[in-house]
Amino acid sequence: MILRPQLQDIKIIFYYLGKIVIALGFLLFIPAIIGFLYKEISPIFDFLIASEICFILGFFLTISCRTDKDLSWMHGMIIVALGWLIAMFLGAIPLYLSNHFTSYLDACFETMSGLATTGLVLVQDLDHLSLAHNFWRHFIMFLGGQGIVVAAIAFFAKEASGAFRMYVGEARDERILPNVIHTARFIWLVSFIYLVLGTICLGIVSLKIGLPANKAFFDGACIFMAAFDTGGFAPYQQNILYYHSFAFELVTLGFMILGAINFNLHYALWTGKRREIFDNIEIQFLSFTIISLFALVAIDLTRFALYPSIDSMFRKGFFSLISAHTGSGHSTLYAVQFVKEWQPLALIGLILAMSIGGSVCSTTGGVKELRLGIIWKGVTQEVRRMMLPQASNIITKFHHLKEMILEDSMLKMALLVSLFYVITFWVGAIVGVFYGYPLLLSMFESVSATANVGLSCGITTASMPAVLKILYILQMWAGRLEFICIFVLIGFFIALIKGK
Amino acid sequence: MQNEKCKIKAQSFKFLALNFIFTLCVLRFAFAQEPIKSADLIVNAKEYDGKNVIFEGEAIGTLMNRGDFCWLNVTESDNAIGIWLPKKLAVGIKFIGGYKERGDWLKIEGIFNRACAEHGGDLDIHAKKITILTPGEKLVDPLPEKKKKLALYLGGVVVCLSIFQLYRLTRKKQLKTA
Repeated sequence: MILRPQLQDIKIIFYYLGKIVIALGFLLFIPAIIGFLYKEISPIFDFLIASEICFILGFFLTISCRTDKDLSWMHGMIIVALGWLIAMFLGAIPLYLSNHFTSYLDACFETMSGLATTGLVLVQDLDHLSLAHNFWRHFIMFLGGQGIVVAAIAFFAKEASGAFRMYVGEARDERILPNVIHTARFIWLVSFIYLVLGTICLGIVSLKIGLPANKAFFDGACIFMAAFDTGGFAPYQQNILYYHSFAFELVTLGFMILGAINFNLHYALWTGKRREIFDNIEIQFLSFTIISLFALVAIDLTRFALYPSIDSMFRKGFFSLISAHTGSGHSTLYAVQFVKEWQPLALIGLILAMSIGGSVCSTTGGVKELRLGIIWKGVTQEVRRMMLPQASNIITKFHHLKEMILEDSMLKMALLVSLFYVITFWVGAIVGVFYGYPLLLSMFESVSATANVGLSCGITTASMPAVLKILYILQMWAGRLEFICIFVLIGFFIALIKGK
Repeated sequence: MQNEKCKIKAQSFKFLALNFIFTLCVLRFAFAQEPIKSADLIVNAKEYDGKNVIFEGEAIGTLMNRGDFCWLNVTESDNAIGIWLPKKLAVGIKFIGGYKERGDWLKIEGIFNRACAEHGGDLDIHAKKITILTPGEKLVDPLPEKKKKLALYLGGVVVCLSIFQLYRLTRKKQLKTA
């Protein structure tokens, strides 16, 4: 029997959603300030309007659904799932008002792409977009990368009760510190410190490569937010190719890798546990997959002599692979070049890298290295079980922040999430094929959307079918939140209709 | 008589041949002057690789100085392409496109590289000649009246709701202390 949710449940959900919407209203002031600093009048009003709409909706929800009841797991999951959708609709308002999008759907696509740190773009004439709007595009990546709910918890939560349930819903099941509010604040503290350092670092490189100071640090901040949050947006339509600089690419590469590492590992390194970097199963698997997949890409690029030298092959191939693997989606190639020049083996290498992703509790998408490691350990455990006498007790251990014993529940969860990813990859690819795109390219784009990568082989354009745009939005949303809270939301709607 | 006929035939043949060569030259010249679209350059990069091309577009972003040379990115709406040019060629460029400026519309003549050996495999054009076809201009940043009014009305609603919320909170506090 399914129990129909009570009115109280709906009130709790909308009350907390109201709080998240108010928080978004405050965050919309930041790009308005950028507009003020750069004397961009019209964009200031775009953000003012969006912020006011957030406040009205937020106040309305918090006043009409006021409750003192605590959150359950179901509430937390639904708040996160709906919160991301509402943030997309509201965050898209200033982008749509900029007149750089052919429709509101395109603006929503761009916002979800930013929030989910995907990096697929539908913006038109990006090179003439205001700095305020451009900052917002990158800032939503920073926001989405750390987590909208994590931001709300870090800055607005007073009590830890209930906050952990929302924190988990946002695809973060590991606490760095015992208290979830402290964990959220630590995540933001680390991110802000890296933001300042990253902006200075990229700003200096930009100055060296000929950008004026005001643009150097603005671009530095934007690219840092996109790289560290493994998003992949850039202030110009050529993405990283715009800068024509190996040094710039190298620094961006470093930030992409930093962003793909578990926040817990950052904490361990910050607190002096350097040994963790060698022992951690995620880092071991990340190193292994990077090396083996780059070998695959390099073989194909060299075999067909696509680049004039080993250096340039490495520069293009390695950057693209790391961009795919960390889910950044930054590019130094045109989308069409993947289709016209790169051969299937190299493309398969990129697709595999995109689908695997980086670490859990990081800003990357995809199946993730920890799950891959757990599945691998599970396979080896089963092989050992078959080879040893029946009575023997087999224990498989692995190191992830501490010594852990492989449990069936871990293996089940890893396999389930991986299966959901694979199914979603295929759904996107099949719909792409239905609209006339070749299978390999459809799969490339579908994996890129679901694993929140953002590399494109040219399918994602303003002229692509609306159904495909909506599907990619859903894929980006589900991929970023890692499915579970989406299923809870679907279950909630079913219970509303069929429950007793 | 026959000699004269032969002479006339030979002369007309020469005339026709010259005419044909002249037409070919004119045609070739005319086609060579045709600018190539960025999409065409990128899609058919292998065919254009190492060849002289003409590309037209708007200068965007920033002129990035690198020693005696500089990088300039040029777009014709579909894609932007990096142009590597000696500094002296960039002297006349006054407007570079962005939110507040429409950049100079340039005609670039140079060698196209699918994967430039000098620049780490970048797809670029090494410019030999740059002509400003249409000078750029400062763009106005108009604030539509509709936006202004909407912001004002919504602001009014926000203020009312904030006062109401504040009133509720202070009343709740008063009740608690009572």
